[in-house]
Amino acid sequence: MRSPLSPEMATQEVPLNETLAHLKTESETLKLKLEEERAKLHDVELHQVAEKVEGLGQFVMKTRRTLKGHGNKVLCMDWCKDKRRIVSSSQDGKVIVWDAFTTNKEHAVTMPCTWVMACAYAPSGCAVACGGLDNKCSVYPLSLDKNENLAAKKKSVAMHTNYLSACSFTNSDMQILTSSGDGTCALWDVESGQLLQSFHGHAADVLCLDLAPSETGNTFVSGGCDKKANVWDMRSGQCIQSFETHESDINSVRYYPSGDAFASGSDDATCRLYDLRADREVAIYSKESIIFGVSSVDFSLSGRLLFGGYNDYTINVWDVLKGTRVSILFGHENRVSTLRVSPDGTAFCTGSWDHTLRIWA
Amino acid sequence: MAQTNSSGQGTNGVADESPNMIVYRKMEEVIARMQDEKNGIPIRTVKSFLTKIPSVFSGSEIVQWLIKNLDIEDPVEALHLGTLMAAHGYFFPISDHVLTLKDDGTFYRFQSLCLSPSAVYLCKRTMQNKARLELADYEAESLARLQRAFARKWEFIFMQAEAQAKVDKKRDKIERKILDSQERAFWDVHRPVSVYGLQNDIRTHSPTHTPAPEAKQPTEEELQHQITFWQLQLDRHRLKMSKVAESLVGYTEQYFEYDPFLTPPDPSNPWISDDTTLWELEASKEPGQQRVKRWAFGIDEVLKDPVGREQFLKFLESEFSSENLRFWLAVQEVKKRPIREVPTRVQEIWQEFLAPGAPSAINVDSKSYGKTTQNIKDPGRYAFEDAQEHIYKLMKSDSYSRFIRSSAYQELLQAKKKVQTRKSID
Repeated sequence: MRSPLSPEMATQEVPLNETLAHLKTESETLKLKLEEERAKLHDVELHQVAEKVEGLGQFVMKTRRTLKGHGNKVLCMDWCKDKRRIVSSSQDGKVIVWDAFTTNKEHAVTMPCTWVMACAYAPSGCAVACGGLDNKCSVYPLSLDKNENLAAKKKSVAMHTNYLSACSFTNSDMQILTSSGDGTCALWDVESGQLLQSFHGHAADVLCLDLAPSETGNTFVSGGCDKKANVWDMRSGQCIQSFETHESDINSVRYYPSGDAFASGSDDATCRLYDLRADREVAIYSKESIIFGVSSVDFSLSGRLLFGGYNDYTINVWDVLKGTRVSILFGHENRVSTLRVSPDGTAFCTGSWDHTLRIWA
Repeated sequence: MAQTNSSGQGTNGVADESPNMIVYRKMEEVIARMQDEKNGIPIRTVKSFLTKIPSVFSGSEIVQWLIKNLDIEDPVEALHLGTLMAAHGYFFPISDHVLTLKDDGTFYRFQSLCLSPSAVYLCKRTMQNKARLELADYEAESLARLQRAFARKWEFIFMQAEAQAKVDKKRDKIERKILDSQERAFWDVHRPVSVYGLQNDIRTHSPTHTPAPEAKQPTEEELQHQITFWQLQLDRHRLKMSKVAESLVGYTEQYFEYDPFLTPPDPSNPWISDDTTLWELEASKEPGQQRVKRWAFGIDEVLKDPVGREQFLKFLESEFSSENLRFWLAVQEVKKRPIREVPTRVQEIWQEFLAPGAPSAINVDSKSYGKTTQNIKDPGRYAFEDAQEHIYKLMKSDSYSRFIRSSAYQELLQAKKKVQTRKSID
């Protein structure tokens, strides 16, 4: 560990230097103490307690639908609450709404920017939000008239000072939560474009976010290039919990269905599970043969399975409790960039740099 | 567990590695193990017709080595990993340089480790006649980026390139044959138009993974903020791992039968059978037994399910005690409205549920009532937060448990499922 008392500033500002060094020491001491306190309650491993649970059998998961139509890398996708429609976005600026069950394209819009890294379906199913290198998040109401030009009704909602990495509607069409390469997250009122709350605390680009699944909670988790996963109070804008155990960028965070824990996927090729009540990392999902980073993660409905999309073109399925990998799925011909389980858990969808999306069940 | 360090430097003192470098490093570690004299892949010289082919190994040997040394069960997985390593140019088939791996007798050769991605190639180009071979923009950019990424190793790479340029002519025939083969394979991988769709193709590099700027030194204010944060965290009440683990296990066990990946849904999974009956049943107003059973898991399950909410409300209305739930639902609604509508709605809720003489008066503790009275003066989306929390706890312990024990609920639970056997016509 770096010595906390290393002098790094010129000696003419002695009082300031001493204060800063003193504060640094205090901060680092407290941080260490926190690690100690967290470790004290580590009386058993999750997989040990899970030994009594019956093992999972063999899985037969296959691609059930392939959605072709994007002309470039697919970067993001989201499910509609109706359990069959999805919205996807790609590097060439195209955002497409599909009925994944029939594989028909229902709407398409071309954004004025490339690298549309974020897209989301509104809870009502009547609008989609998207954004990327334009630093904005825009909302498009979906018209029943297929011939109508969607771009004409576009509404600019969020404005960041760097690229938009992720967006999500809250439980309403009226608010959107965004994360950005400018290191912040923000909550916006869709109708007016007003900033309702901003969230500062990440030291680098924020790459992902997920809202807590509670009916009463007002929290969400974010992950960034500073290797940190932060839990935020939407009311106050404060960071209420922080976890820093990954060795590289965190590309994806997703809550465990009960809301008591969340998983993360990182460029360090591991997925990790953090429990909010234990206030620590409780499991690591990794293998020596898995070298490439994880781009996105999601849980099955019960939280027993964790699906991870990887940069080596594969999907690894993990037993969350036992910590073992139960399946590896091949199919995509380039990196998997996005992965989401459907609202009723009957399938999951992956998007890839090979220009396609696949539905697996 | 990762070694973290507040200064933003890795434990070996080198600046934070970019995600791509982390992958290259891991691959190079595996390659180094493959090249180990004792435990690596046996490299040999093979006699072929009138010539000898030096320094080769077969595709199957690579696959077998990966299976044995990286704890891989499935040959398909080993082949996939090997193919990716070949695509990055770490080894190549000597005959045609097409960078895939085949699990057979095809011969491969290792790429020289110092010919790391683009590094030496770009380096050599700068040394050559500058007038004729100006680096293209993106090449110059990537050279600069590589210089930053390789940092301390750059000198070594430079020396290698220099030495190679001088010494090439002096190498003996076998060495030159090997070197020549490696260099040509290298060009095949790293020429500007990459045909392998590799994620490290410079021009298609994701904008999210540019090297992070050097972290600024924190200010006094930031440090104070950090200290306050750590203190708050230390005061937090934590649960023991054993309790937490039991809870996680308990939750997944409880929902096991509801998870379509673990328990096939009844009648079928629409994605597998192409039959949407399951979705039609869920959309109907008659809830199935399994769905009703779930409401008993916790109050959130009832509140989450629109049919559950309806049944809960109906039950409470029959008892003339629905004001709590109606208040709770109204507050949830307010939070979903555009900010413009909030002040009006807040007033309406206040009048209906909390004001003196309210038609649907609810009972809130005096502290929450006091806070709410204050909030009303400047109404925001969270004006009723304290009151709502109080009412939620009340419902959970009182109304909800009565609902689950009620005959109305029990009847729904016993009701036979209506099985629709007709297939949906799409």
